[in-house]
Amino acid sequence: MTTMERPLFSVKGLTKYFDGIRAVDSFSFDVTEGSITGIIGPNGAGKTTVFNIVTGIYRPTCGEVLFRGENISGQRPDRIVRKGIARTFQNIRLFNRRSCLDNVITPLFQRERCGFLGSLLGTPGARKMERDLYERAFGLLKDLGLEKFASMQANTLPYGLQRKLEIARALATDPALLLLDEPAAGMNPEETRSLANLIAEVREKFKVTILLIEHHMDLVMNICSPIVVMNFGTLLARGTPDEVRENPDVVAAYLGNRKERK
Amino acid sequence: MDYILSIVVLACINMIAVLGLSIFTGFTGLFSLGHAAFVGVGAYTSAILTYYYSVPFPFALAAGAAAAGVVSLVIGIPTLRAKLRSDYFAIAILGFGEALRVILENLDITNGARGLPGIDSFTTLPVVLICLAGGVLVARNFLRSRWGVACIAIREDPIAAEMAGVRLFRTRLLSLVVSAVYCGLSGGLLAHFLSFIQPVMFTLLQSTQLLAAVIAGGMGSISGPLIASFVFIALPEALRVAQMWRLVAYGLLLVLIMVYRPQGLMGYSELSSLFRRKKAEPVRRQP
Ligand SMILES: Nc1ncnc2c1ncn2[C@@H]1O[C@H](COP(=O)(O)OP(=O)(O)OP(=O)(O)O)[C@@H](O)[C@H]1O
Ligand SMILES: [Mg+2]
Repeated sequence: MTTMERPLFSVKGLTKYFDGIRAVDSFSFDVTEGSITGIIGPNGAGKTTVFNIVTGIYRPTCGEVLFRGENISGQRPDRIVRKGIARTFQNIRLFNRRSCLDNVITPLFQRERCGFLGSLLGTPGARKMERDLYERAFGLLKDLGLEKFASMQANTLPYGLQRKLEIARALATDPALLLLDEPAAGMNPEETRSLANLIAEVREKFKVTILLIEHHMDLVMNICSPIVVMNFGTLLARGTPDEVRENPDVVAAYLGNRKERK
Repeated sequence: MDYILSIVVLACINMIAVLGLSIFTGFTGLFSLGHAAFVGVGAYTSAILTYYYSVPFPFALAAGAAAAGVVSLVIGIPTLRAKLRSDYFAIAILGFGEALRVILENLDITNGARGLPGIDSFTTLPVVLICLAGGVLVARNFLRSRWGVACIAIREDPIAAEMAGVRLFRTRLLSLVVSAVYCGLSGGLLAHFLSFIQPVMFTLLQSTQLLAAVIAGGMGSISGPLIASFVFIALPEALRVAQMWRLVAYGLLLVLIMVYRPQGLMGYSELSSLFRRKKAEPVRRQP
């Protein structure tokens, strides 16, 4: 994978207020093409809010989101998706009453040019496109080890598989940058380890750059570099896993937070 | 025989409107208490065309359906923009339903509140059956298409749908227009079956009945609402319930469905799936 001079993606002075709460506060960082960048930080640090701004769900109070050099902040989510940013959600958001296959085919369909009348009449061309897309959707499920569950309703899957299905659906938008919000939440150490491998595989296979939020430190320390640390909406530290681990501010933030929570 | 025939035709006409509303409500997840107004637009447009201008029936039907679609655009464009709020639309359509009645009652060409009598009765059983069968086929194809898949995604989760590349506003608007076209077609058939239309035939009461058929038939199903619609029309007739008891019978039916099948007759499934092999027992969701 080529690393360009300019970062694939960067955030500059991003700020978001929610009725007086400063969820994100002049936050800036870059993501290099081909990297797996991790975002860590205590609960309520503003990590998910950053994802929500980047994907157009929230409008930032101020600041810029640059993707391939273009400021995309404030654009509609579906346009941002089309530009090449996809995501998963911390609190899983699948199309619950649809099959796994249908979950994945939804984004595949949206990328196609279909004739409206042809679709309504069910012309052979429309049928063929539908079959091809189902095949591609099945292929994506296979890549994530979900092919056995293809026809099952999404909300009947176990939790860990639902997270994988979300990744499959995100990949179906053909992203250049994939945002994963706590992909290992609710997984045991073994599942977490296999997810780490899967994420690394996905990066290779789909040539995506990955930005992920995680609380599982072993996963982050193993596969992410660099790591960005957020606290109270601001950038606390940025560096390799070792640098971050030894940073006294980071240690303090985590210990301080743990005390608060107890 | 004629009596039974007329009930079947009326039921089929109603089913076409219910089919449309089920695309909007059952598959896109948006509620409307005003779709009878689109039936009215279709009925009056097509009736006026054949009555005053002797337009051939098929063209008049198409024009009625198209008019309903255009009117729905006018209501949908300003109100469906709000991202996560469908109440603007719900209120606007409710208001439109009432406004339409007032307009129809005060125009000369519609003959006011007395209604338009003497419309040619072009609607026969074969015509209705062809329209219904075509309607079901097109609805099924639509729901499998790029746009139908997008509608269902919006119903399931609008935010996730957007992140799957679905254009929220356009897709909702399209769903509305498609549903209105179905209602308009239904209206055109109705006018040319009854030979007489009146503004009070397209009010909140009828809108409520359409929505009730969709809910009782089941969200996310085509066959369920069709069955419900047929039952709602045919059963009170078949039992020869006196007019004053009809609404009671209707209410009772609704209550029974709510109690015994809260998801509706066919919630999120189709009649055809009953005949297919049962799928493997799904894995239970972990907490
Ligand atoms: N829609 C909202 N309205 C009001 N406040 C919000 C909203 N979304 C987030 N916040 C607040 O912004 C702050 C940051 O929340 P965010 O969800 O971004 O944290 P996080 O870093 O993802 O935390 P966690 O690790 O628990 O997921 C919190 O104080 C939260 O309460
Ligand atoms: Mg979060």
